[in-house]
Amino acid sequence: MSPADFTALLPLLILAGTPLAVMLAVSARMRAASVAIALAGLAGAFGSIWLALPLTPRLVGTILVSDRYALIYTGLIAAVTFACVLLAWGYFRTRAEHPEELYILLLIASLGSAVLAWSNHFASFFLGLEILSVSLYGLIAYERDLKISIEAGVKYLVLAAASASFLLFGMALIYFEVGTMTFDQIATAAARPGVSELMLLIGAVLIVVGVGFKLALVPFHMWTPDIYEGAPAPVTAYIATASKAAVFAVLLRYYGTAAGGPALFAILAAIAIASMLAGNVLALRQSNVKRILAYSSIAHLGYVLVALLAGGSRGDTAAVFYLIAYSATTVGAFAVVAIVSGREREADRLEHYRGLFWSRPALTAVFTTMLLSLAGLPATAGFIGKFYLIAAGGAAGRWFLIIILAAASTIGLFYYLRVIVMMYSPAPQAPPFAGAQAVSVVEGFVLGALTLIVLWLGVYPNMVFDAIARTF
Amino acid sequence: MILIYLIALPLVSGTLSWLAGRFSRQAPRWIALLGLSAGLAATIELWAANRHAGFSTWFAQVDWMWMPDWGIHFHLAMDGLSLLLVLLAYFLGIVSVLVSWTEIQYQTGLFHLTLQWIVASMGGVFLAMDLFLFYFAWELMLIPLYFLIAIWGHEHRIYASVKFFLFTQLGGLLMLIAILSLYFAHHRATGVYTFEYEDLLHTPLAPAAQMWIMLGFFVAFAVKLPVPPLHSWLPDAHTEAPTAGSVILAGLVLKTGAYGMLRFVVPLFPGGARSFAPVAMALGVAGVLYGTILAFSQTDMKRLVAWTSVSHMGFVLLGIFAWNRLALEGVVVTMMAHAVSTGALFVTAGQLQERIHTRDLGRMGGLWAVVPRLGGFTLFFALASLGLPGLGDFVGEFLVLLGTYQVSPILAILGAVGVFFSTLYALRMIERVYRGPNAGDWRIADLLPRENAVLAVMIGIVLWLGLYPQPVIDMFRPSMTRLAIYAPWRTR
Repeated sequence: MSPADFTALLPLLILAGTPLAVMLAVSARMRAASVAIALAGLAGAFGSIWLALPLTPRLVGTILVSDRYALIYTGLIAAVTFACVLLAWGYFRTRAEHPEELYILLLIASLGSAVLAWSNHFASFFLGLEILSVSLYGLIAYERDLKISIEAGVKYLVLAAASASFLLFGMALIYFEVGTMTFDQIATAAARPGVSELMLLIGAVLIVVGVGFKLALVPFHMWTPDIYEGAPAPVTAYIATASKAAVFAVLLRYYGTAAGGPALFAILAAIAIASMLAGNVLALRQSNVKRILAYSSIAHLGYVLVALLAGGSRGDTAAVFYLIAYSATTVGAFAVVAIVSGREREADRLEHYRGLFWSRPALTAVFTTMLLSLAGLPATAGFIGKFYLIAAGGAAGRWFLIIILAAASTIGLFYYLRVIVMMYSPAPQAPPFAGAQAVSVVEGFVLGALTLIVLWLGVYPNMVFDAIARTF
Repeated sequence: MILIYLIALPLVSGTLSWLAGRFSRQAPRWIALLGLSAGLAATIELWAANRHAGFSTWFAQVDWMWMPDWGIHFHLAMDGLSLLLVLLAYFLGIVSVLVSWTEIQYQTGLFHLTLQWIVASMGGVFLAMDLFLFYFAWELMLIPLYFLIAIWGHEHRIYASVKFFLFTQLGGLLMLIAILSLYFAHHRATGVYTFEYEDLLHTPLAPAAQMWIMLGFFVAFAVKLPVPPLHSWLPDAHTEAPTAGSVILAGLVLKTGAYGMLRFVVPLFPGGARSFAPVAMALGVAGVLYGTILAFSQTDMKRLVAWTSVSHMGFVLLGIFAWNRLALEGVVVTMMAHAVSTGALFVTAGQLQERIHTRDLGRMGGLWAVVPRLGGFTLFFALASLGLPGLGDFVGEFLVLLGTYQVSPILAILGAVGVFFSTLYALRMIERVYRGPNAGDWRIADLLPRENAVLAVMIGIVLWLGLYPQPVIDMFRPSMTRLAIYAPWRTR
């Protein structure tokens, strides 16, 4: 490897090195240092994107590719992890567990996520996915004293292992048929005569099953509400955003280069429609905010799938933009959940939010902004994101999909409004969490930054849009 | 630049109201009053400056690039129609502040923030010349309106506000899809990506495509107007909203639907609108009759007034698709007259409710002797609403019927039957509230000078529209000439 390769690889190297440094700090019982190192590493990884940028596009080794696309996702993942680390720091201040090991796991998960975004080969695809999954088991069950967390962790372990085997089997079938594991070579090899299209389709469908589990698309979504509910709020934020964005990154790259065919398209379209409708409809009857957000995330990934199916540079740009908008918004929403939560248990019941506006107006304003953004109302990131999605669908002539999208997001509006209504209802006699703490400076910073990002993307998305559009 | 100020002013004064609300309950009201009055003054100034030039199309413009990749501009422009509606927005904004002076005691800062932001987003809707910007403002308008109803409304405010939001949101998303189809169709035809109104005006479209895209727009505006069967949010929202909310809903929100039909549906899709016109006119007449009948059978005073809106807006739809000079002039006069007279009826209903804490007609009666001034004002606006000659609503509906008669005598006759029956609901309301024995033994205070002043000004406007509507028609004329180019039937 040349020195240039190292520079190109720098974001990944920093993400790989930081957990080691944090581990050393933890073993030396340096609590404050461990947070600082984790944050510095993430900031460094984010900053090193600009060092790696001039060298793109570049194949590093055979299984990783450094291009603008990968770097954008790396930036997103590093930023989301940064926010989650800060949230975890505040969240565990009042709890029995110490968050130091959580930082290590979050950093390792981010490394896995980043590898996924850089992957152009089945080996790195699987490697990244497993690095991500294994650290997620630990993260979900992090609060060992809570039954609900253990249950969620075990559930995720079983389902993720099963889905990984589907994925592996699909990869094996495709490799068996075309004799290569590199995405772009698969495409050329598949065009050769004598290759069984059926076998390729079965392989692709099995890969979709594996990926569908991770993205929580219908009908592979069953785990989502339980795991969202059981995991600590900062971890839920991570699962809902960075892990899904990374898996979607590799799906988009794979679908864009290697896969195709009308049969796979029809299957993905059916999954998208089912996710959009089922996610929103199932959310209607929930009375737990984390479960509402879980079902809403199912629907949102269905929306992004519409952009994937629309294809073309417009569709790909719309998908990436939507993932960024969705991540900023969702982390913001879970940040509020984490901050409102009490010492003993989380503020996840809808009732916990009754009259929140009258006691904590600023926090309520942030949550309202995030919910309106998820609902796709103007002046928020979600609005522009949805506009891009519908425009991409329209450009590709996918009218049926976007009409379903419009109908589904109207249903979605209903449950976002339920939460909002709850917050502006008259306050209850006794607050749900006695002695709720004031928002600390760090948490205030996270909330403020995310709100600004959501509003900025909603009013002036040009810079981010250009940055993404130049990739395709 | 003046157009930017017209939108920014209420945004800024709204924020100031909110900040002031943290220290005082009274200050937000004064700030809102000052801010909106300044806006009204600026709009009147704009009117005076262009009065002699004849309100040529787009006598004021601002055009900034917003998202160049998509051909999206921040483009505002004003013609006579927009000017009329912006005037109306500011005027009813001021009315709303004044009628809420004592009614709203809860979070006054936030209340005046939402109120003024509604006015600002209305400005965006009426001035946007870029379809993306229009959609942006169109959707943005919902957020403060939703909060206005959901926080300060009456008993069933949550149900009403959520229903209102869902209806309009579904219509809005259909419109977004329609806007984008038009955008891509325009690109296919010309190779240019643009959301500019003027550019999209002459997009060549296949008849079927034109029909579908037009229906996308039509449904969005029909929800707001409202047109049966998309009207069912209206009685709930109007009834449960605070007085200011009802005034804004009746006076402005319904007008955005009419504005959309006039500005977008007909000029953008003349062919589609032409073949759809018989259906739309039938729906209009259906709205007139249905609204009248339901208004007659209500027991809730605000709900009664709300249903009369369905009826009046039926005339607007009828007139737009009758699509000749007389009918279109009638549409504009009806829009203005309905906004003021029905707004005023909501004000009187709100003032009564503030005093006796009920809207139930069964519990009222004999109030004429108790509150003669309020009764007199209510009678006046009820007469305006039933179409008494000499008052604004009469002129508008008369012109609409005249215009419709040239196209379809049957529909004109049915519409006239609607006018006739409106007498019943209006007089029934007066009868139940003000005449008969004072069953509830009410002893309440009559109107205060502030309330008198608001209603007196509104009487002045209704009289002016009824006796000398020419200035309004003159303002609308250049816009109408552009509409009439596409008229499907020959008229004098």
